[in-house]
Amino acid sequence: MLGRLILTYPATARRIGALFVLFLVAAGLYSLGISSAWIGKIFPSAVDWLKENKQLGRAISAIALALIVAFNWKLLQLLPRRQQIVAVWLELFALLMLFFYSFDLSLPFIAKKIGFMISQGVVTTLYISAISIAIATVIALAGAIAKLSKNGVIYGLATFYTSLFRGLPLLMQIYIIYLGLPQVGYVIGAVPAGILALSLCYGAYMTEIFRAGIESIHRGQTEGATALGLSPNQTMFLVILPQAMRVIVPPTGNQFIAMLKDSSLVSVVGVWEIMYLARTQGQTEFRHIEMLITASMIYWVLSIGLEFLQSRIEAHFGRFNAR
Amino acid sequence: MPQSMNDEIKLSGVHKWYGQYHALDDINLEVAKKERIVICGPSGSGKSTLIRCINRLEAHQQGQIIVGGIELTENEKNIEEVRREVGMVFQHFNLFPHLTIVENCVLAPVWVRKMGKAKATEIAMHFLERVRIADQANKYPGQLSGGQQQRVAIARALCMNPKIMLFDEPTSALDPEMVKEVLDTMVSLAEEGMTMICVTHEMGFARQVADRVIFMDQGRVVEEAAPAEFFDNPQHERSRLFLSQILH
Repeated sequence: MLGRLILTYPATARRIGALFVLFLVAAGLYSLGISSAWIGKIFPSAVDWLKENKQLGRAISAIALALIVAFNWKLLQLLPRRQQIVAVWLELFALLMLFFYSFDLSLPFIAKKIGFMISQGVVTTLYISAISIAIATVIALAGAIAKLSKNGVIYGLATFYTSLFRGLPLLMQIYIIYLGLPQVGYVIGAVPAGILALSLCYGAYMTEIFRAGIESIHRGQTEGATALGLSPNQTMFLVILPQAMRVIVPPTGNQFIAMLKDSSLVSVVGVWEIMYLARTQGQTEFRHIEMLITASMIYWVLSIGLEFLQSRIEAHFGRFNAR
Repeated sequence: MPQSMNDEIKLSGVHKWYGQYHALDDINLEVAKKERIVICGPSGSGKSTLIRCINRLEAHQQGQIIVGGIELTENEKNIEEVRREVGMVFQHFNLFPHLTIVENCVLAPVWVRKMGKAKATEIAMHFLERVRIADQANKYPGQLSGGQQQRVAIARALCMNPKIMLFDEPTSALDPEMVKEVLDTMVSLAEEGMTMICVTHEMGFARQVADRVIFMDQGRVVEEAAPAEFFDNPQHERSRLFLSQILH
């Protein structure tokens, strides 16, 4: 019945649908308890009326917001795709900034501290992450090859390793390495402990990614290479891995970004990276939220850098798919 | 000189099992230098397994396989040596999609024969010229048609300068109008005196170039004869049935 109506009057049905969605958005905003204060800010003359008619004011606020969103949507549809993407980013970024602005942050305090945050915190975070990423990649490659091995001992080693380091919380791994290794006579610094924990943990996750990537390559590729006389190692590094990279790179990019942020856990053993500074620098003037938001934004910027890197690498390994 | 000295390939009493399944059952086969053999038979008869044992993509479990005077055993060195001298062409081409056509051809000569890149490229272009595909040398395999890809696969194998070529159903995955270009390449290869073993159902090709046709069924060699004899006067009931099926 409804289906027939939609098929017979598609244009009308679409309009009714759009109105319905508009109504849903407005109702949703209202039920979430949207305030009407922003109307008062834009039209000061309405302040008194809004005070007297609280419910009605909120309803109008919800409907107005829904209309603004709808209008914005319509407007964006007029743009070509590239500009749509940029516009959405700009709009959402502005909203995010508005959100932070509502915290009443002290910008001078941020300006005073951000230099040290970057010269000490970002440098430390980046160097811990970069070394850990490099080691984790090597571990992952070795782990993946070991997991595909016919040798039971090697397979056993690899599965125990991935099981243990995927199974323990990263925070515990950092504590165990930093506090536990001295028990067996090997005193380890905070930074090396952090790097070791991060590489071992992410190496274990990435082992699975690499294994899946290698297994995704058709057996015929190995046979083709073998028949040409290539050794198993040559087959892996010249034929299988370059193709597997296409499958491996996107989830590995995820892991890199996750690791960048998980490096904040290293702050628990007193390494002066971004998170540690964010918690300590704000203490002196009770401006915690300034530092935490600054740190968050720094993490975001660094992640965007990694996303960019990932897309470049993906393009490199995917170039043979171009027609 | 005794006949056996001329044998490029010699299989005696070869057996292979996949679990319980008896894939090769007492295979005895001698292939002389420059001989062209066509192997045919119903699917699952063991013909692919047979030629894959010759370059040890599959390991046999009993019997003896000698290729170019070298016995295939667990010995890795022997296996490597045999693989260097035996080229193989697959049903699904197995070109490396991440490398260009010429890079596909250069890979093994450079890494296995330790040839200089310039020299290897020169040889690659020579063979690509021969299979009439040199103008596509810098494209990727995915940009070529099936027939073109298979011709590249033949050129790639020839770049290693093999003494023996194995063909595992080289035309089975091709569109009908591309079969001829690949068969023509194979015929010209045969005319130059390459030792060839082809698993194929292209009976025209078998008639034209084969010295012997081998018919397999259930892991055994059922019949072995010159092509004219095999096609016109098959001896075994099973061969007759098979031929009546594929020749309509």
